[in-house]
Amino acid sequence: MISIKNLKASIGEKEILRGINLEVKAGEVHAIMGPNGSGKSTLSSVLAGREDYDVTDGEVIFNGKNLLDMSPEDRAREGLFLAFQYPVEIPGVSNINFLRTAVNEIRAYHGQEEMSAKDFLALVKEKQKLVELDSKLANRSVNEGFSGGEKKRNEIFQMAMLQPKLSILDETDSGLDIDALRIVANGVNKLKSKDNATIVITHYQRLLDYIVPDFVHILYKGRIVKSGGKELALELEAKGYDEIKKEFEIAE
Amino acid sequence: MSLLVENKSAVTQNLMEQLQKHASKIAFIPDEEIVSAIRVLEEKGVPNNKHEEYKYCNIESYLRREFKTLEQTFNTVSNADIAPFKLDEAINIVVLNGTYNEDLSEKIIVKGITIKTLNEVDAKEKALIASQAKSSSDALIALNSAFTNKGLYLQIDRANVIPMPIHVIYVNSNKANALVNSRNFIYAQANSEATIVESFVNIGSSKVFSNYVSEKFLEENAKLNCFTIQNEGSLSYSVNTNQVKVSKYANYSNSTFTLSGELVRNNHNVELASTDCEAHLNGLFVTNGTQLVDNHTLIDHQMPNCQSNELYKGIAKDKSTGVFNGKIYVRKDAQKTNAYQSSKNILLSDDATINTKPQLEIYADDVKCSHGTSTGKVDEEALFYLKARGIGDTSARKLLLQAFAQELIDKIEIESLQARVLNLFEKSL
Repeated sequence: MISIKNLKASIGEKEILRGINLEVKAGEVHAIMGPNGSGKSTLSSVLAGREDYDVTDGEVIFNGKNLLDMSPEDRAREGLFLAFQYPVEIPGVSNINFLRTAVNEIRAYHGQEEMSAKDFLALVKEKQKLVELDSKLANRSVNEGFSGGEKKRNEIFQMAMLQPKLSILDETDSGLDIDALRIVANGVNKLKSKDNATIVITHYQRLLDYIVPDFVHILYKGRIVKSGGKELALELEAKGYDEIKKEFEIAE
Repeated sequence: MSLLVENKSAVTQNLMEQLQKHASKIAFIPDEEIVSAIRVLEEKGVPNNKHEEYKYCNIESYLRREFKTLEQTFNTVSNADIAPFKLDEAINIVVLNGTYNEDLSEKIIVKGITIKTLNEVDAKEKALIASQAKSSSDALIALNSAFTNKGLYLQIDRANVIPMPIHVIYVNSNKANALVNSRNFIYAQANSEATIVESFVNIGSSKVFSNYVSEKFLEENAKLNCFTIQNEGSLSYSVNTNQVKVSKYANYSNSTFTLSGELVRNNHNVELASTDCEAHLNGLFVTNGTQLVDNHTLIDHQMPNCQSNELYKGIAKDKSTGVFNGKIYVRKDAQKTNAYQSSKNILLSDDATINTKPQLEIYADDVKCSHGTSTGKVDEEALFYLKARGIGDTSARKLLLQAFAQELIDKIEIESLQARVLNLFEKSL
C-alpha cells in the first residue's frame, strides 16, 4: 500500500523527520505513538502534501506511484485520506456541497461520471448512520460551530464518503469523551477491509483499545525507534514516555 | 452671468459650453440649485485625485481622456433588448440613457405606486427635489443637476405595502462616447413599504460615462429594501450617488453588487435625520483587469436612538483596485447611537490593491460604535483542507470565494435575482 523509505523533512532550518522507514500493507492497521514534538503530526502533514514542510530526502511509494511528486488533491484522488487533528472550519461552504464537489472531482480523476444527486444523497444517508452524525450537521457549513466531537465524527463521515485506500488518523482521539471516542472508533472499524489500510497516530493508548492495531511504532525525535505488536502500546502506557526518552537519549 | 471663465480646465470649459445649451430643459431642478451647480463647476471643476474624497478616483482624467465630445447619439432599443435584464417576479421599469421610458416599462398593475418623469412633478413634489442632493456638496451632483433630463420620479404612496419588487433597469445604448446624467427621486411615504431593485446595464457600442444621482426619501415608519446590481461591462465608467434621508421609525437598507464596469464609484450617503430609525448598507464587489471600484459611504447620525450597520466585501484580481471608505458621523445630539461597520477583502494577485478606511467622527458620548477591517489572501488552511479531500486548486478557491460572498448574496430575498447575481459573481471569478 505505502512504502516510506528514509523520509526526511524540515521546517526552515529545523529537521523534524530524520529518516522514517515504514511499510504498510493492505488490510493492516498501524499505530504510530510518540511524545509531543516527536514528529507525528509532521509525518501526517508531509504524507498529505502540506507545503509548509521541505522534504529533504527519502521516498514514499503509494500504490506504485511516487507520492511526493503529487499535489495534495491528487494524493487524495489516489486514495490517501488524512483525518485532521484540527479540522478546519469553513463558513459559507456547506458540508454537502463540499463533499459532492470532492466525490465528483475524485470520480472525474478516475474517468468516472458524476454521481447523480439521488445516489449521492443516498450515500450521505447511509454513511451518516455509520458515525451517528446528525443530518442537520451535513447541511451546515463545514465544521462551523461543531463541537470537538462533531468535528472528529465529521472527519470519519468524510472518510466513509470518499472510501480511501489509506487513512491516516491524526490524533483523532484528542478532545473526545469516551462516548464520542467509541462512536468514532466504531466508524473506523466498520470501514476497515482487506483492501484498505489505516495509520492511527496517537499520543495515548486509549484509542487503541477500540481500534486494535496490528503493529505499533514508537516515534521519537523524528525516527521510529521501536516497533512491535499491539502489546507495545500497553507497555508504553505502563512505563510512560520517559522510559523511551531515557533509553534513546543515551543511544544518541 | 458669464458661464465661461478663464483658467478653467478644458474639461470644465467644455462642460460649461454644453450647459448653456441645456439649462432650459431642466425645469424640475430649482433655479438656485442650477446656479449653485454652475458655480461649483466653475470654481472647483470636476474632481481629480488631488481632491481628498476622490483620491483614488480621478474623475477629471477619465472625462478628459474619453469623453471630450458630449454629442449624444444612441442606438434604438426594443423590448427584446431589455427582456434578458427583466425579473419575472417584479414590475420592470426602464430608464433609457437617463430618461424614464414608459413604452419599454411594464404597466403598473398594483396600487400604491406613482410613477412619472421628473419633468412632470407638481409644485409640492418639486420642493423635495434637490433638497437632499446638493450641488454644493459634490461636483458630480452639480454636473448631474446641470445636465439631467426626464429622470424617474417613483413614489410609494402613503401606507401601501407593495407586494412585489419594483425593478428599475438603467440601460445605456450610446453609439459614440457619451456622458449620461441619470437622475431619480424615490419617495417612500409614511408607513409604506417596498423592495426596489436597481440594475445598471449597458448595451451601447461605445464608452459611456454614467453619472447617476438618486435621492431617496423615507418618511415616518417607511421601509425601503433596496438592491443595486451594477453590471455595465468594460465600456462603462460610472459615478453613482445615493442621497438618502431617513425619518423617524423608518428603515432603509441597500445591498450593492458590483460585478463589472471599468470605473465604478459609489457615493452612498445616508442621513438618519430623526430618532429611532435605521440604515443597513452592504456591498460586494469583484474587480478584474484594471478595474477600479470605489465605495464611499457616509452615515450621518443626527438624532438619538438610531442604528446603522455596514458590511462591505471585496475581491480584487489582476491589476485591479478596490476602495472602501466608510464614514460614520455621530453628531452631538445623536446619543444612544448604535453603529457597526465591517470591511473584509481578499486580494487574489500581488498587483491588485485594496484601500480600506473606516472614518468615525463621534461627537456624542453615549454611543456604541465599532468597526473592523481586514484584507488578506484566501485562507490557506481551508484551501489545504479542501485539497486534502481531492478538490482541485481552481474549484477549491472558487468554493472559498463563494463562501466569502455568500452572506451578502444571501441578503437577496428575490430568488431569480439571487441566482442571477450568483451566476454573475461566479463568472467574474
